[in-house]
Amino acid sequence: MSHLAPLILVLPLLGFLLVVLNGRSLSNRTVGLIATSVVGLSFVTTVVTFVLLLHDRTREVTVNLFTWISVDTLHVPAAILVDPLSITMSLFVTGISALIHLYSTAYMQGEKDFRKFFLYLNLFVFSMLTLVLANNLVLTFVGWEGVGVCSYWLVSFYFDREAAASAGKKAFIYNRVGDVGLLLAMFLLFVHTHTLTYLGIFSSTSLLSPTIATLVVLALLLAATGKSAQIPLFNWLPDAMEGPTPVSALIHAATMVTAGVYLLVRMSPVLALSSSGRMTIAVIGGLTAFVAATIATAQKDIKKVLAFSTVSQIGYMVLAVGVGAYGAAIFLMVSHAFFKALLFLGSGSVIHSLGGEQDMRKMGGLAKWLPLTFPTFLVGWLSISGVPPFSGFWAKGDVLTNVFAHNKPLWALGVLTAVLTAYYMSRLFVLTFRGSERFREVTHQHDPHESPLAMTAPLLILAALSVFGGLLDLPWAHGFSLTRFLSPTFGVVAATGAQSTMLQTGLALVDVVAALIGLFAAFTIWRHTVESSTFERPFFEHVWRWDDAYDAVLARPLERLAHVSNDVVENRIIDGAVEGLGGSVQRSGEGIRKLQAGFVRQYALAMVLGLTVIVVYLVGRVR
Amino acid sequence: MTVPASWYLVLAAILFGIGAFGVLTRRSALIMFMCIELMLNAVNLTFVTFARTMSDIGGQTTVFFIMVVAAAEVTVGLGIVVAVFRRRASTSVDELSELQG
Amino acid sequence: MFATAYAIPDVLVFAGAALLIITGALGVIVMKNPVHSALSLILALLGVAVAFLAQNADFLAAVEIIVYAGAIVVLFLFVIMFLGVDKSNHPYVEPLVGQRWLAALGVLVTMSGIITLMASSHWVSGVLSSSTGGVALATGAGNVTQLGDSVFTTYLLSFEATSGLLIIAVVGAVLLARRERPADSDVDVDVDIDVDIDGTGRVGGGEVSEGEWWVVNERTSEEVES
Repeated sequence: MSHLAPLILVLPLLGFLLVVLNGRSLSNRTVGLIATSVVGLSFVTTVVTFVLLLHDRTREVTVNLFTWISVDTLHVPAAILVDPLSITMSLFVTGISALIHLYSTAYMQGEKDFRKFFLYLNLFVFSMLTLVLANNLVLTFVGWEGVGVCSYWLVSFYFDREAAASAGKKAFIYNRVGDVGLLLAMFLLFVHTHTLTYLGIFSSTSLLSPTIATLVVLALLLAATGKSAQIPLFNWLPDAMEGPTPVSALIHAATMVTAGVYLLVRMSPVLALSSSGRMTIAVIGGLTAFVAATIATAQKDIKKVLAFSTVSQIGYMVLAVGVGAYGAAIFLMVSHAFFKALLFLGSGSVIHSLGGEQDMRKMGGLAKWLPLTFPTFLVGWLSISGVPPFSGFWAKGDVLTNVFAHNKPLWALGVLTAVLTAYYMSRLFVLTFRGSERFREVTHQHDPHESPLAMTAPLLILAALSVFGGLLDLPWAHGFSLTRFLSPTFGVVAATGAQSTMLQTGLALVDVVAALIGLFAAFTIWRHTVESSTFERPFFEHVWRWDDAYDAVLARPLERLAHVSNDVVENRIIDGAVEGLGGSVQRSGEGIRKLQAGFVRQYALAMVLGLTVIVVYLVGRVR
Repeated sequence: MTVPASWYLVLAAILFGIGAFGVLTRRSALIMFMCIELMLNAVNLTFVTFARTMSDIGGQTTVFFIMVVAAAEVTVGLGIVVAVFRRRASTSVDELSELQG
Repeated sequence: MFATAYAIPDVLVFAGAALLIITGALGVIVMKNPVHSALSLILALLGVAVAFLAQNADFLAAVEIIVYAGAIVVLFLFVIMFLGVDKSNHPYVEPLVGQRWLAALGVLVTMSGIITLMASSHWVSGVLSSSTGGVALATGAGNVTQLGDSVFTTYLLSFEATSGLLIIAVVGAVLLARRERPADSDVDVDVDIDVDIDGTGRVGGGEVSEGEWWVVNERTSEEVES
């Protein structure tokens, strides 16, 4: 085991290095093969590690690689922590990454920067695994920044498009704001506990006063809102859809954006110290889930809808974290990774078949043309909508049951969001696969074609996972379940599902009803309509004017300040000082220059006169 | 009783002053060199005088080395004068004023 | 007045030496003709030699006459003769405004200041060389042995260093005074063969490259000189 765990990390890095060092001499095919197989092997390694962990009684293994930083009391090892939480994350990260790598070999075929794409993708997987497997906050931060920068490169992958370039910058800057939170949390924790390893922090939580704990939790929340696209830093994620669709599926739906949730869950012993901090987290999560869902109802771009649905689903996860249902959060994270990756890859397949069209108004009736994409997408749709027995139903039900136990208003908001979720996903489904065929103009009267096997195979696997993902954590399962498996990590906090069976069944019925309401509403409205100003509110379409608000509150005053700085401070004061100094030096130089007449006898005279001054001074002193 | 050292020192100072004045006022590089020799000799004279007053041979040894250095200096200096004269057909140092500011 | 305090021969020797030195030195700086300046320099150096003799520096007095008055002044004269007497540097014309007066002022003030200092305080300090391995100055006539001892024992390294200095100076002087010649002897031969037959200024049959053109020019200017 101690020899295997580092391999999970090393394999993607190896792939990255292989491609980086030999990129020009390898064919696209070889690059795709290398990149996909290293991630696949990494997945296999993770599975083996997982099985070994099951046989480990402590369920907690630290693999020390080397000492990274050792200054005074600051000791940061480069070490891997394998425990139920990190191995669960690693399993679905490597698994889904492998599938998406495979998908990309077909999707990115013919792209100019094919190799670069896989280079970034491998580096991303490495960074993500570093984030997940690190045993201390500093190493996690390295992975955190690593996924951030890979995300930036991949969002701006089509950097010759203005929109893609600026979307990349937007994502990067929003993430930086969140990173400040993580740094602050690290500083606070180090000052008070003198350690940054997770286990070290958890064993010295008694050193944290309630105020400090709340501050740490809020800082961590800020970090999570940046990376996981929550209010107030959520609107970089929809713009990130400018990247290639596999990137959207892998980074901006399944893995990276869940990093914030992972961080919060990872720090659960610290969260346990601050009830007000947890309350804030729950409110932020619930609000984000609702706001993003409303926005998703009015989007016309198929990927934008999915992007906001991602924001909304992560909101659910954060909500679950806020009420202390860490197991439920991870459960939803895993099943969300399955069905959201499925939906994104399915939408990628649709876009691929229409030659790059993303506007849902120009789709419709695609069901019969895409015989593999359609049924798999159907599964994803039903799953995210919360229709039993698909995994989304179980996961969302788990979350909502836990929320109900802690906070009724947030539960109501969650159920409302569930209605909206079912509604906007059904709208997307209807507009894309049902109704009249509106794509002829886009495809130039050609028939859409189904995607190649390398793209449909991942779809099939993910569809199967979406169907059966619920088995991971059935409410009545007493043998193996995800919550039980994770319980060593969360300790005593994970006291979930304390309600009676009766109540649980009732809540599940409410969920089903909510999903069905959304479904029927969407079918009724969108069966024969493509556009509707009544149901596509401009306020929602424009993301609650969120960008405008940032513009008015932050961007414009800053811009004005910059102008003032430029006109007054830079041009007048700084330039004036610099040029004045330079000018005076030049002028005095021109004066002094005349002393250098070039006559050696004058120089000698100057020496003699200098000597004279010295001698006169000495005579005066002796007297 | 012999002549006191201070007389010789005053004499050396006068010799040095004349040499220095010559360096400052004569334009011919050759004459300037001769004046520098005068100044060197003034210094030599003080050394020898001090060697006598202090009963120490060190002063005379120093003079010996000064003479060697002076000989080397004249050799190179006159070489330079010859080289310069070949280019400019003049030994005036005032004409060598290219390095002005 | 002097006679009462000091031995008359010593005073006479000093007076003679001073007369020689000051006359010679003034001669160096006022003579129009460099040859006369050089001869005046010999006069001054002779005076210094006398002063050396009067202060028990026999060997140095001999060296003063042989090396300075003999070798160095002869070298000066040689160079003066070699370059031709340059009359353009008239000593009584001063192109630099104020140079002469400022020089006189600076020199006079400095010298009188130094003499004042000398009269009013002790300004020789430090450790005698005789206390650190040097040789004490013997009284009476003849100290060549002592000087030799000192130079070849205590100051041996410095003495060897001066030999290096002299060699370098000689090499440097030779290098400086050498007439510039074309470095490539092949080209030299080539130029000797090429004759300007048709009077067009172009020599040889073919085109003359840039490098060779320079050599040709150099050669012709030399021929013109001779």
